[in-house]
Amino acid sequence: MSDHALSFMPSEGFRARSKEVVENPFLRKSFRGAMDFLINKRVTQFPSAEELETLRTLGEQIRQYNLANLPSLLVQLEDSLTRNGIKVHWAETPDEANAIILGICQAHSAKLMVKGKSMVSEEIELNHACEAAGIEAMESDMGEYIVQLAGEKPSHIIMPAIHKTKEEIATLFHEKVEGVDYTDNVDELIQIGRRVLREKFLVADIGLSGVNFAVAETGTLCLVENEGNGRLSTTAPPVHIAITGIEKIVEKLDHVPPLLSLLTRSATGQNISTYFNMISGPRKADEKDGPTEMHLVLLDNGRTQAYADEELRKTLQCIRCGACMNHCPVYTRVGGHAYGTTYPGPIGKIISPHMLGLEATKTMATASTLCGACGEVCPVKIPIPELLMRLREESFSEPHANPAMRGQGAGYSRLITMVWQGWALVYRSPMLYGTYSWLASRFNWLTPSNQGPWTTVRVPLKPAPKRLRDLLKDKS
Amino acid sequence: MQIQGKAGQRPSDIYFFATCVIDQFYPGAGMDAITLLEREGIRVHFPEEQTCCGQPAFTSGFPDEARKVAAHQLTLFPENWPVVVPSGSCGGMMKLHYPGLFAGDPARKAQSEALSARIYEFTDFLVNVLGWKPEDKGGDCTVVLHTSCSARREMGVHLTGQQLLGGLDKVTVAQQDHEAECCGFGGTFSIKQPEISGAMVEDKLKSLKATGAERVVSADCGCLMNILGHAAWKDQQEGRKTASLPGEHIASFLLRRTSK
Amino acid sequence: MSSRDRILAKLNAAPVLPKAVPDIASWYATHRFEETTAEKVARFRGCIEFAHAEVYAVTQATWPQKLCEVLNTKQIEKLLVAPATPHGQRATEVLTETGITFRAYDQSIEAWREEMFHDVPASLTGARGAIAETGTLVLWPDADEPRLMSLLPPVHIVLIDVNTIHNTFYEMMQSEGWSGSLPTNALLISGPSKTADIQVTLAYGAHGPKELIVLLMGEAS
Repeated sequence: MSDHALSFMPSEGFRARSKEVVENPFLRKSFRGAMDFLINKRVTQFPSAEELETLRTLGEQIRQYNLANLPSLLVQLEDSLTRNGIKVHWAETPDEANAIILGICQAHSAKLMVKGKSMVSEEIELNHACEAAGIEAMESDMGEYIVQLAGEKPSHIIMPAIHKTKEEIATLFHEKVEGVDYTDNVDELIQIGRRVLREKFLVADIGLSGVNFAVAETGTLCLVENEGNGRLSTTAPPVHIAITGIEKIVEKLDHVPPLLSLLTRSATGQNISTYFNMISGPRKADEKDGPTEMHLVLLDNGRTQAYADEELRKTLQCIRCGACMNHCPVYTRVGGHAYGTTYPGPIGKIISPHMLGLEATKTMATASTLCGACGEVCPVKIPIPELLMRLREESFSEPHANPAMRGQGAGYSRLITMVWQGWALVYRSPMLYGTYSWLASRFNWLTPSNQGPWTTVRVPLKPAPKRLRDLLKDKS
Repeated sequence: MQIQGKAGQRPSDIYFFATCVIDQFYPGAGMDAITLLEREGIRVHFPEEQTCCGQPAFTSGFPDEARKVAAHQLTLFPENWPVVVPSGSCGGMMKLHYPGLFAGDPARKAQSEALSARIYEFTDFLVNVLGWKPEDKGGDCTVVLHTSCSARREMGVHLTGQQLLGGLDKVTVAQQDHEAECCGFGGTFSIKQPEISGAMVEDKLKSLKATGAERVVSADCGCLMNILGHAAWKDQQEGRKTASLPGEHIASFLLRRTSK
Repeated sequence: MSSRDRILAKLNAAPVLPKAVPDIASWYATHRFEETTAEKVARFRGCIEFAHAEVYAVTQATWPQKLCEVLNTKQIEKLLVAPATPHGQRATEVLTETGITFRAYDQSIEAWREEMFHDVPASLTGARGAIAETGTLVLWPDADEPRLMSLLPPVHIVLIDVNTIHNTFYEMMQSEGWSGSLPTNALLISGPSKTADIQVTLAYGAHGPKELIVLLMGEAS
């Protein structure tokens, strides 16, 4: 399973996968429609540009402050959680995280795990690990449930099944869920999911969830959701295991309201989610429900690498709202699966190289026009376009000692580098540029009509017969 | 240091940084911009030694090469005059990215910071420095404006183009859907991800055409190269002899509308 | 070295510049204003109704009657209540007269899991307070009104005193000193359970209550 994760090369198939989607008018229209819907919902939540801007600045400050104090906050969080009766585990790799979780499951002879929505559990491919260990891992978020039933992966971090139509889901339920007739009525489909999953909640041995914010001072794990499956996963089974990346930490409880507001408004255009669940410990002696045992797994998986560099550290400010995906013209065209990574879209492009290494992700950063839509909507002001340029540099530069990233130079090509060096030679020298551009304009009839990828949907580029500098000379 | 051209102060001289795309591919747009500025009584200086702002290498992950080219441009503007750039994207490079590019070179960093304050995108300069109000001398016409992502998000000058066109009495400015979305050019992106770039420009052209506008104008020739290149290709594919959506740099359009 | 130590060592080795403490109080002071109770009630109600909750204005005297009406209208014959709470006690007194049976959450969930998961159509709980800005009910589940009480029954009825409505979540946690007193589970509820996971079409009752009914006490006395 770890082999699978590490040998997977998202870069390799990206173009082919995106071509497939781009050439499917139905998918194109459906992604566009869904993203427009989310974009418009977000707009209604931020009527005041001033409020949005100052709140984004505050969000950025909160995240940067907490990241600046990350190591001491992690220790504080560990102390608080331990005091609250929550056992804390640390994992450097997906393998280690899976081993910890499976160890807990096995200690309870668990057969069934229900999962609230957790992207980190996707990141470590926990479902595969459970399967291999003979433990049934059941997704309970409706979107995740649909995707799991179809044997697929989420295509959006907030809307996992956004690539599927209700008709496809109707067929899926009819084929995969016992005793279900075909219906494409969305309410009925959701009620089918509710019925199936409630039986799972009834008997599950383990509940697994992610974490949106972990509060160091109080030892509190916060979860944002609309469906109630997060609450069920963390309340109904006797054991609750939460897993989170080490960066999701805030020092103070009062850091939470601004981030929560930014998160739900940016993600789905809700002023708040239906549920905000703040868990500060397992069931107490006099309480009648809730898990009797709680664990938190803190995962590194490349985050310490991002942390080590002042610029790359900003990647860790992310609160996983998905707004960058919704607003990304590339994501809108190709959908989440084309990326081949757990986190797709702009945030996927900047975080995945730390998790998977640049060898596997070397060209991901090039799949962007740097249009800046992602950076503009990011609720915590991650400079995504700048980070994409940095990753391009890390990937294409000649491998050197002590690189900031694993796989630095993976995309290095002597030839391409020489082309750019040649370009720089010409463009830094007025004489060479003058000669080159003069030749290009005077011999513009030599311009090839086939200009490779450019001319697949465009007419060839042809220099004008006279350059601006020539026209200016003519004029004077 | 007082920069000539700050609000309320009409500069007598400016530098014109044409950009390599205009120099080589859209010289007419450059001429029109210069003519328009000169008509306003401004002496326009075109440093002969200018080449390219360095952005292609910079955005492609080759900052060293970009730095070499940018260092050359830094030497071209000795006088304390505004530098007008008829492209939001090249202007954005010089205004916003040069100081960072030279972070490790104190002398050039200071130079680029000083230059940064003098960089103006063309439409921004017309509106906010010259306070230019165009006098429309043409007939009824519907146009649609495409604003580049750099002009919109880096330079924050997406309103000035609208304002200039809006000031033309007989020109109706059509509103396209997904106006703020990228046209799909993205420099080397169009070569590295041709399928996605192609899909984006296809959608952009559809939105522009759906407005029924007679022509598209933009203050960025990179976008025009992409959009008009695709429009012409589409015309060819569909056997049209005349352009179904002609387009030009906003400078050319403004000059024509305000000339007898 | 353990994984913990290695992770912390890597983080500690990073060159990190100190960052200013974020000034959250002043953002709220300049962007969220104190409203009167009536304004807060209106804002709370507008928001939570927008999120598909049913809201009824009641008084200390009339709420039991409204409760019965709601149960009758929805043909609910069994209600989960907490007899040890004042509102629970009041409800049981009234319900006894109407023939609606009530059930108390008087044992740990393990003892009656099947019934709780399948056979409790509605519950009544109190709320610790509410938040006007977002139309949010704040519950601190406890031994009397445990966590699942507001989650498993398809209909959740909440009794809330208008005087406990705060302007913002931030104000509520500050004024009540939450950072020193959080229970094992604190909960914000802002509508019935919902999902838009199928073709961004909104559907209610995904996993939690399909209906959220708010008895807003004190509004129209």
